[in-house]
Amino acid sequence: MNNKNHELHIIMYLFTALFMAIVVSISVYLSVNAPKTINSSYNMRQQNLEKRVIRGTIFSADGEILAEEAMNSDNVEVRYYPYKELFAHAVGFSTHGKSGVEYAANIELLTSNAPVDERLKREMNGERNYGDNIITTYDTDLQKTAFEALGVYKGAVIVMEVKTGKILAMVSKPDFDPNTVSENWAEITADTENSPLLNRALQGLYPPGSTFKTVTLLEYVKENPDSYEDYFFNCNGRFTYDETTVNCYHGSVHGKEDLKGSYEDSCNSSFANIGTLLDIGDFKDTSEMLLFNKGLPFDVPSKAGQFPLETDSGSEEIVHSAIGQGNILMTPAHMELITCAIANGGMLMKPYEIDRQENYRGTVVKQNEPVRYKRLMSESEAGILKEYMEAVVENGTGRKLKGLEYKVAGKTGSAEYGNVKGESHSWFTGFSNPEDPDIAVTVIMEGAGSGSDYAVPVAKRVFDAYYGG
Amino acid sequence: MTNVVLGLSRYVLALFMALYTIHCFLGFGLKEDERKGLSFFQAFFLVMIHVGGFTVIYFRQNDPEALFYCALQEVMIIGFMVLMRILYPKCSRLLINNMFLFMSVGFIMLYRLSYDNHMRQFMIAVISLILVLPVPYILNKAEGIRKLTYGFGAAGFMLLVFVLIIGQVTRGSRLSISIAGIAFQPSEFVKILFILFLSGLFSEDCFYGDSRKDKEMRMIYIGVSAIAAAVYVFMLVLSRDLGGGAILFVIYCFMLYYAVKRISVLFILGGVGAAGLAASYKLFSHVRNRFLAWRDPFSYIEGQGYQITQSLFAIGTGSWFGMGINEGSPDKIPIVERDFIFSAIAEELGGIFAICLILVCISTFLMFIFAAMKATDPYYSLTALGIAVCYAFQVFLNIGGVTKFIPLTGVTLPLVSYGGSSCLSTLIMFALIQGILIMDRKEIYKDE
Repeated sequence: MNNKNHELHIIMYLFTALFMAIVVSISVYLSVNAPKTINSSYNMRQQNLEKRVIRGTIFSADGEILAEEAMNSDNVEVRYYPYKELFAHAVGFSTHGKSGVEYAANIELLTSNAPVDERLKREMNGERNYGDNIITTYDTDLQKTAFEALGVYKGAVIVMEVKTGKILAMVSKPDFDPNTVSENWAEITADTENSPLLNRALQGLYPPGSTFKTVTLLEYVKENPDSYEDYFFNCNGRFTYDETTVNCYHGSVHGKEDLKGSYEDSCNSSFANIGTLLDIGDFKDTSEMLLFNKGLPFDVPSKAGQFPLETDSGSEEIVHSAIGQGNILMTPAHMELITCAIANGGMLMKPYEIDRQENYRGTVVKQNEPVRYKRLMSESEAGILKEYMEAVVENGTGRKLKGLEYKVAGKTGSAEYGNVKGESHSWFTGFSNPEDPDIAVTVIMEGAGSGSDYAVPVAKRVFDAYYGG
Repeated sequence: MTNVVLGLSRYVLALFMALYTIHCFLGFGLKEDERKGLSFFQAFFLVMIHVGGFTVIYFRQNDPEALFYCALQEVMIIGFMVLMRILYPKCSRLLINNMFLFMSVGFIMLYRLSYDNHMRQFMIAVISLILVLPVPYILNKAEGIRKLTYGFGAAGFMLLVFVLIIGQVTRGSRLSISIAGIAFQPSEFVKILFILFLSGLFSEDCFYGDSRKDKEMRMIYIGVSAIAAAVYVFMLVLSRDLGGGAILFVIYCFMLYYAVKRISVLFILGGVGAAGLAASYKLFSHVRNRFLAWRDPFSYIEGQGYQITQSLFAIGTGSWFGMGINEGSPDKIPIVERDFIFSAIAEELGGIFAICLILVCISTFLMFIFAAMKATDPYYSLTALGIAVCYAFQVFLNIGGVTKFIPLTGVTLPLVSYGGSSCLSTLIMFALIQGILIMDRKEIYKDE
């Protein structure tokens, strides 16, 4: 009898274990992964949730309402955005598809964690429950400052807290009014020249120009850890290699330059020369350590930079890539993350814009804490880059940020684009208080001109607002 | 008042289901007469779930017909319970409860999804219940059943040949044949014939002796069974019914394991199965597609991954307590009433209800295994074991598939899914188990 049942017991336990594994997998799915999975534009069931829950309110870090449900003049419930264009891309919209925070926290906004008895009571009365509120990390003052500083230019500004990864401000222009985006949808999407819906901060791919020299510099330091300070180049305003010629910006002649001097002055000739000295395979590896050709860890759709160099790439492409031209492309957000990592000793914190989820009465449901995302470079490498970026402000193209109440380290860029000679995007990326870093700011202004003349003043206004209070 | 009822209905139904499920497991330690009170309470929760579900549909769809069919089904359920008790006083009432729980949940979801499908399923259920009523009796009286072993084997083979030649292609698989306008899926019945065939082979005396001759005979029978299993599985794979083939293969593994009592059988056949899977992955594009859709459904969301992502949306949006009957969108999942009924249940009745349903499936499987343990004749032990494995593996394939635990195989959830052949063949299995349970007790009486 026992002998006969031995096999039956094994079969019994085996199948019971299989079933229990499914039970566990469903439980894990429902309690951990489901909110993220169902927040897909392919999930038509979100409408079913909206029938049950009044979409929650989105707040700024300083307690301002950024998006809420409200009645319009016809007494129809609409989504209301009091700051109109100011947070168009950051907070996004939820009327015609979803974007920004409205997308990232969609399911949370449609989930009610009101007290259970209250929820049951409302359900029994056939009333909708109040969805949870989202408190973002956005600061209305910084956002306003960045928005105004960018002025009429197309471009983007992104501001993050270095040590936590909090996104404090994110502006993209041209913009739109999220209150009317649904009504004006056809018009807005037809405007392909300006593409106002595109969040340039996260998804605008630009040639990085001289700001990319930081990556080239990192690779050179990695390949020559003991001798990089011995580097020397004599700049006569141009550099020719295998019939490819690179000019320094506005034909400047920098003369004798060491590595730091080349970086401070953003000497194209010298960096093109460095490009020819690099091991392209290692260069690619380094760029991919910095998330090129990968994905960026944002909660909303974003694009990582493109580093298309291969070991068999031609010298023309190598020379141009070393100074951030050629086929190298980057988004402002990607640049910002690299700057944050440098400021934070090489460790990148995961960027986030949702500080916490509260029920409508203000009880915290979920508090997001800063988490480390990935180490992009060693601490000593980050230290060297930091020192060089400080020197840019001290002696080089970032001098407009020198001698202020706060200290800044950064890099400028004037990225040529298109075929017209002399037209360039104005870049700046940098961080404040290098000893104990506070915030990182990245600015791009399309077609504005040199980085030091246009992007640096925008960044300065943001830093001023941050420290001026 | 109606709002109060409707508002609370999803919690109440989940509660009833949880109470029902607890009763499934309370019974395992008890003696038969102690179980009677238990089965009565359990049947009460069963009726509450069934009537409650249809009442919600009545209010939400404002459809009095829902209550009419609900009443008819109650007559069917209670009528069958009473008949079983009169005809077979020693039958397992908990097993009958489980059988009707699956059918009730199926009816609620089918009615909500498609009036026509519900009607057909209801009719088939009534006919099937009447058909299987004498099965326990026949099994007990027909002592000569094992003389038919090769007959069963041949019949199964013929059915498979039949499907291959004149079968109709549905969704890329050659599954059904039409007789007088009724689509009929022979592979559902092949499973039972195959189990009975193997039971006959593996209960030969040589499996229970130790002489040299016994050992030689054993090898011959194992050889015959292996050839038969290979032919069956191969023919199902040819008609692109990979799920059916997998079920037969797994039945074979465990019945052979039980017969020869060597764990190595499972490892060897496990290896053969893995090789078979790898081969079918290489050979068939539809297998590769299902594998891809499982690995990364969101990359193929508009193609092969569509069904499984819709299923995940349904389960995830429903969350623990569900959207409420009629408040979700289960119809967005293709063939929801057949392969994806579990996702529809999870979406509208909730994750707790759905997990309870899995637990009820486990308890059903355990009852089948206990029947195998109790049977004194190896033939019936083997039959009960075969049915247990067949049932459990099919449930595993179905629920595992729609929850993305394993790739989709396209098999039904027994008694819950829409499907006539599946319903009838599962009811036959339940009836065979009842027959074995009754038989066992009869012999205990003899001993006393």
